[in-house]
Amino acid sequence: MEKTGQYYQRDRLIHPPAYTPGYKTSVLRSPRLALLSVEQSLSDITGPVFGADEIGLLDNDLLRNYAKTGEPIGERMIVHGRVLDQDARPLAGVLVEFWQANASGKYRHVNDTYKAAIDPNFGGCGRALTDANGFYTFRSIKPGPYPWRNRLNDWRPAHIHFSIFGHGFSQRLITQMYFEGDPLIRHCPMLNGIPDDGARQRLIAPLDLNASIPLDSLAYRFDIVLRGRRGTYFENGQ
Amino acid sequence: MSSYLDETASQTAGPYVHIGLIPAQAGFDIFQNNFSNQLAGAETKGERIRIEGYVIDGTGAPIRDALLEIWQANAAGRYNHPEDKASPDAPLDPNFRGWGRGGTDFRTALYHFDTIKPGALPMLDGRMQAPHVNFWITARGINIGLQTRMYFADESAANAADPLLRLIEQDSRRQTLIAPREARDGTIVYRFDIRLQGDGETVFLDV
Ligand SMILES: [Fe+3]
Repeated sequence: MEKTGQYYQRDRLIHPPAYTPGYKTSVLRSPRLALLSVEQSLSDITGPVFGADEIGLLDNDLLRNYAKTGEPIGERMIVHGRVLDQDARPLAGVLVEFWQANASGKYRHVNDTYKAAIDPNFGGCGRALTDANGFYTFRSIKPGPYPWRNRLNDWRPAHIHFSIFGHGFSQRLITQMYFEGDPLIRHCPMLNGIPDDGARQRLIAPLDLNASIPLDSLAYRFDIVLRGRRGTYFENGQ
Repeated sequence: MSSYLDETASQTAGPYVHIGLIPAQAGFDIFQNNFSNQLAGAETKGERIRIEGYVIDGTGAPIRDALLEIWQANAAGRYNHPEDKASPDAPLDPNFRGWGRGGTDFRTALYHFDTIKPGALPMLDGRMQAPHVNFWITARGINIGLQTRMYFADESAANAADPLLRLIEQDSRRQTLIAPREARDGTIVYRFDIRLQGDGETVFLDV
């Protein structure tokens, strides 16, 4: 059945609340007043549609999309997964964007002051559209951990930032993917801002040995779930 | 127990959001095709407007590392999306996508979008909504993207009947969503400051 109604109410209990004092920057950037709950309209059910012609051929190949003199340094890896909705239906044609530090934990960004080395052959960003079955994939190198100014000795676990569109603007989501087995995960104030343990665990991508390429690249699997939607317009008899 | 999957949890976009989403602001050039804060081309129908403002933290200081996206209907009140099956008098504009993305400037802290003024459009139940622009704001320190809407101060009659604005009990809070209009050197500018916290806190939506 085609679903064309409003999106399911967002379960805020599986998201980090706006105010998470362990992550200090959230203290002054979190609304104090209650969000206004409103019925969805076309403003929320619709959203931008992206086409394959907007994605460059190397956009999902971070090993090559900024290569100048050779290949980037680091552990070669594939990251792949599916974008589904809460009814486990695959979402096709979804724009997935990602960005990350290089193998030494340094971002190619004017504001990154970490002393680790820039990699001349690594940009650290890419994007992909999901296929008809909701799959996306990209190649990269595994990012390194890095220090950040929160508590004095806080270090981010290795992670990749993800931005996902879905089919409606109310499905918009930004998140981070972590790597199975990283000892810094349990110390991370950002990840620990999520109150639900299951929700935290689902941000940790397992090693996917079956998808790795022998003698070439390891692989990690990261599935993403966006809000599901009702079967029909929910009309309240106005 | 339901069999629904849980939505993937949100995480902050962090301080380096520009790398992935607006790499030019991070200081480099990598994609052939870049998304931007310029929504209107030469052929787009409608009144040209600029929307600009600050994103302000709980101390009253503008923040310089926010990322904003807007999504809006075209001048006839129609969204460029297959599910907007509006009437024939709200035609699609092939020269208007209706979506844009931009950052607050590292030096001036201002964001802006160059776009057109959208038309009014109905709710799913047929009640009319005033013209508005949907905003989604993220930054370091924002754990889950904040949604809000900008309405137009010169649409007072439509605003007074708008179903969303009417849900807001306090007039002072309603005003946080209504942008004043100003003509500046021949450009129509709507000023829309977004206050994340404290005095004059913007009304954010759970949609
Ligand atoms: Fe990061």
